[in-house]
Amino acid sequence: MRRFLVWALFANVLLVAPLVFDSSLSQSLLSQMGIAIIVCLSYNMLLGQGGMLSFGHAVYSGMGAFLAIHTLNGVSGGLALLVSLVPVVGGLGSMLVAAVLGWVTTRTAATPFAMITLGIGELVWSMALMFPEFFGGEGGVTGNRVTGSAPLGVSFGPQIQLYYLIAIYTFVCTALMFAFTRTPLGRMLNAVRDNPERVAHLGYDPQMVRYLSFVIAAFFAGISGGLAALNFEIVTSDVVSGTRSGAYLLFTFLGGSTFFFGPIIGGILMVLAFVVLSEFTKAWLLYLGLAFVLMVMAAPGGVASLIMMNWQLARKGRLRQLGVGYLALAVTAVTMLLGAGAMIEMLYHLQLDSALGPELKFMGATLDCRGLDSWFGSALVMLTGGGLFELSRRQFARDWSLIQLRMAQDRLLGELP
Amino acid sequence: MTFALELKDLHKRFGQTEVIRGLNLAVPQGERVGIIGPNGAGKSTLFNLISGRVVPSSGDVLLKGQSLKGKKPFEINRMGLSRSFQISQIFPRLSVFENLRCGVLWSLGYKYKFWKFLADLDDANDRTRTLMAALQLDQKRDVLAMDLSYAQQRALELGITLAAGSSVILLDEPTAGMSQSETTRFTGLIQEVTAGKTLLMVEHDMGVVFGLADKIAVLVYGQLLAYDTPDAVRRNAQVQEAYLGTYAEN
Repeated sequence: MRRFLVWALFANVLLVAPLVFDSSLSQSLLSQMGIAIIVCLSYNMLLGQGGMLSFGHAVYSGMGAFLAIHTLNGVSGGLALLVSLVPVVGGLGSMLVAAVLGWVTTRTAATPFAMITLGIGELVWSMALMFPEFFGGEGGVTGNRVTGSAPLGVSFGPQIQLYYLIAIYTFVCTALMFAFTRTPLGRMLNAVRDNPERVAHLGYDPQMVRYLSFVIAAFFAGISGGLAALNFEIVTSDVVSGTRSGAYLLFTFLGGSTFFFGPIIGGILMVLAFVVLSEFTKAWLLYLGLAFVLMVMAAPGGVASLIMMNWQLARKGRLRQLGVGYLALAVTAVTMLLGAGAMIEMLYHLQLDSALGPELKFMGATLDCRGLDSWFGSALVMLTGGGLFELSRRQFARDWSLIQLRMAQDRLLGELP
Repeated sequence: MTFALELKDLHKRFGQTEVIRGLNLAVPQGERVGIIGPNGAGKSTLFNLISGRVVPSSGDVLLKGQSLKGKKPFEINRMGLSRSFQISQIFPRLSVFENLRCGVLWSLGYKYKFWKFLADLDDANDRTRTLMAALQLDQKRDVLAMDLSYAQQRALELGITLAAGSSVILLDEPTAGMSQSETTRFTGLIQEVTAGKTLLMVEHDMGVVFGLADKIAVLVYGQLLAYDTPDAVRRNAQVQEAYLGTYAEN
């Protein structure tokens, strides 16, 4: 029953989101989020569920995108296929590509697996520039999604129509990928992640478990690529690049690879970072890198694990005890980030925009990149914030372990007859 | 006569060192064999050779009359041989129930299916529950394997090995590191769940070996020193000298 409610809520969020955020920018963002959610979830089939650290997942989303855009152009040329089914063609195509390349990659696990995916990623990316007939060279391949028949008047011309197509795909793909985790193959994939040696003594070929899962993950990646092709109506060689694969890894990890829903958060964060954060600042990649490093060090389970840890506390009614602690952490962290951000922005301004003069606007304040006061002021804010943050962090850590201890105590007392 | 397990002039060399030096052994169906020998005698290597984890340098292993030459561990398992490990090889991030069910799935023909829900596999779930109860792990059903106590992890290791219902079972030091009372309980459990099956067991606890086994194989420096009933082995002067020492005298 609870599971049904969660899925109903998910469907409703997908349904209502573009009505709440109804600007054209929001609709475009939401569409991209759906696409990112599918690809991050498919990546997590490898990373979180199979323990396969792939550096080349963009090969499969990217090939799906290329196959989809060519299919779309086929539809424009008279091919009898609904535009709404073009992403499925992308998915099936990616599956075929993975059936060939995956046979090589999944023969190994752990570090050799990661190395081979990296190699294959580079191979496909360099091929993308060598075969302009298929990959479109520097300019990419363009298409037009308003083509073919328009059943029920749905032409996918307006972004909102495409959004709902993406939303349907997002819901169905998420449900299918969740269902996969509940099947014999899905469970054996977890077992292979934990102990491939043991799996081999239980009748299962660990390599085959990895291979089949890899191909299935590629199917969903290809669907995501196909949706991206419909959304942007252009596919360039960037979509198969190592940078793209790296982004999948980074955001799946940030979202949290140990929980099924983690990559959903990761996908949303990916779009926010790539589209929104990059609008605000030129230093966005630096901030992203910092966030990643901090996350790996402080919460390797990603945002999802933070949510679940606090959810456990909330269920026991103990979250309120941390309210002040969280507030202190938030205020001091923001202060520290403001100081650090001001200095980073000044540095970027000096390096990239010094022709525009020494002044820049930062959070409503005017900073003078060549003035000592701005640098000193920012450093002071950062150091004060940092010092106070460290103090609150220590206090928070103490409070946290105390609460954990009390909960363990309660549990033990509860087990007593 | 077809034996459940047969070793034919089995050799294994690691570089210059010959660890298994011409082993011949024939175990009839349903017999329990305890394998004893000093450290470095090649007991664990022997298990690795039989289960396909390590490839023999020469010689052959026959399982129910069929050669295991060139067979991978999972193929050997499918032919009806299951093994446990000296150091627990469990799935740390899966629950007790999931660990055991992973052992059950292949034998019931679910293979690599991804169009069937685990929750709907009644036969697999029933067998897992029965096994869990036999191992006295039903209180720990949803606990992650990594959070179990040492003895519970050993029980789980045994359970995963037995889950598929294989007819030939190799147990590598099942009671190692257990307390006396745990060992006693565990020995009874092994006796109960392996009834009618062919069992090969490496064990350092002589009480367990002599209590459980129909036959004892004494392995010294990769060669079979004796293969006989527990009583005969106990009286064997060569064995006493090489290994048993005080245990036989007591």
